[in-house]
Amino acid sequence: MFLFDPFFWEVVISGLLAGVMYALVALGFVLIFKASGIFNFAQGVLALFAALTLVGFQTGQIPFAHLLEALFGLHASHWGEGMNTVLALFLSLVVMIGLAWLIVKIVLRPLVNQEGIILFMATIGLAFVLEGVGDLMWGANVKRLDVGLPEGPSDFLLDNTGMFIEKLEISAAVVAIILVVTLMIFSQYTKMGRALRAVADDHQAALSVGISLETIWWVVWSISGLVALVAGVMWGAKSGVQFSLSLIALKALPVLMLGGFTSIPGAIIGGLMIGVGEKMFEFYIGPMIGGATENWFAYMLALLFLLFRPQGLFGEKIIERV
Amino acid sequence: MSLKAVETFVTEDGRSIGPVILEVKDITLKFGGVTAIQNISFDIRGGEVRAIIGPNGAGKSSMLNVINGFYHPQEGEVWFKNELRAPMKPYQIAYQGIARTFQNIALFKGMSTLDNIMTGRFTHMSSGIFAQAWWKGAAEKEEFSNREKVEQIIDFLEIQKIRKTEVGRLPYGLQKRVELGRALAAEPRLLLLDEPMAGMNVEEKEDMSRFILDVNEEFGTTVALIEHDMGVVMDIADRVVVMDYGKKIGDGTPEEIRKNQVVIDAYLGISHD
Repeated sequence: MFLFDPFFWEVVISGLLAGVMYALVALGFVLIFKASGIFNFAQGVLALFAALTLVGFQTGQIPFAHLLEALFGLHASHWGEGMNTVLALFLSLVVMIGLAWLIVKIVLRPLVNQEGIILFMATIGLAFVLEGVGDLMWGANVKRLDVGLPEGPSDFLLDNTGMFIEKLEISAAVVAIILVVTLMIFSQYTKMGRALRAVADDHQAALSVGISLETIWWVVWSISGLVALVAGVMWGAKSGVQFSLSLIALKALPVLMLGGFTSIPGAIIGGLMIGVGEKMFEFYIGPMIGGATENWFAYMLALLFLLFRPQGLFGEKIIERV
Repeated sequence: MSLKAVETFVTEDGRSIGPVILEVKDITLKFGGVTAIQNISFDIRGGEVRAIIGPNGAGKSSMLNVINGFYHPQEGEVWFKNELRAPMKPYQIAYQGIARTFQNIALFKGMSTLDNIMTGRFTHMSSGIFAQAWWKGAAEKEEFSNREKVEQIIDFLEIQKIRKTEVGRLPYGLQKRVELGRALAAEPRLLLLDEPMAGMNVEEKEDMSRFILDVNEEFGTTVALIEHDMGVVMDIADRVVVMDYGKKIGDGTPEEIRKNQVVIDAYLGISHD
């Protein structure tokens, strides 16, 4: 019976843990899409930028060191030993909040009331600019990110159940769950949270009760920045901080197709489904068809959803009024 | 400050209404080559029910949008509470005490009736995010007093049964009522209603008229409303502004408007939809 097979459970659990990471990236998309109707192509780059900034602070890099060298002949690339992780995380968050403010003022405000596709294009531009700025600021080399999270397989699980589960993935899942619960409480029970949901539903009505759209956008992009930071840290700790990190955004797309673009629970469940589905498919069906199914399974699933349920599992049904 | 700002005014049914709280002066609003509002002036007195009527496309909603800050007129001034109002964003105007409803209902469809009306109290919530996270006590007290106000409004509008219902699922008439509730929750000095009775049946219209009059009498709220149903307007309004093709063609008590030949020719004489 497969239910008693530890191997089966190992596949399920590692799938769930991977799914949490996908959900984390998808969450950033959903937050912005709900509040402003913008599909933020730059979400992946935001995660990369956040991770680069964190490593930069941690290791005491001087931002724009190469630029300063070219312009003024300064040869220093580090200002010291760096700082401890907690302070670096805090400062990175401050940078992300500042970045959110800049995005609202420079990109979003001039484009207010424009078509969704134009805003989408603007975020593509933003992605390229941010990637360039990230490169210029912190350099293009692959960096190791160590935030002190436990690594290696969990001995406890290995000894007692025979399952091989990475400690890093467990802690990533725990952090993600804390983040999601905090966001839920924030959006349900605070003034700002209620305002956020109001803006997501109707811009005009939100303005008429005294809610400032720009403030809300700033808050939303800051929260997305926070989510990007967490996602960047987790993915960065797993596979190093490199520019391909921005491609994790692509992994979030199928999650959004499944969960719907407008649902936070959808993003989470979509992420978990893809994580588990991917691993199960790879382990049980993969060997029959030559393996490497993890590369395309999620996209195939998304395609099926697009064909049969385009609004996703939890998204609002799209009704065109005539 | 004009003289009108202090004197009171006695309406047809002998009610005395207060001094002017809002005055628009020589407003002109253009969209490209189209002039939506041309050189319009009128005032709204504290405690009155002021109606703006006119055929479709007369510029009534645009006028409301000017007062509420959605549109910024090219020319003219808006005086509110005896002060010339600088160009403001709609959310700032909400903080000044002007609330409104919309012609095509603009509710937060995913939220319950209760949450919708609660959101209407936004301008009365002082605690920011951080205060709410750390000063739990003060925030809770505030939430409690806001909840109390919201419950009063729910009782007043007789919508207890739908408190927890998602408003997107409510019938049209009830949605209009919830929207009124949300505007009332702000405890506005001036309440703008854009066709509060459009698309309603006779019974719903009677209910809505009653609510508007009760709001006006019990809370002393000044109401400015746009309405098509002449019977309703003549019944509930203290004074009426008539617009046609972006111009003002009449201004006075319902009785005066009834006798005004220009208005009769332009509006009452011909059939209106």
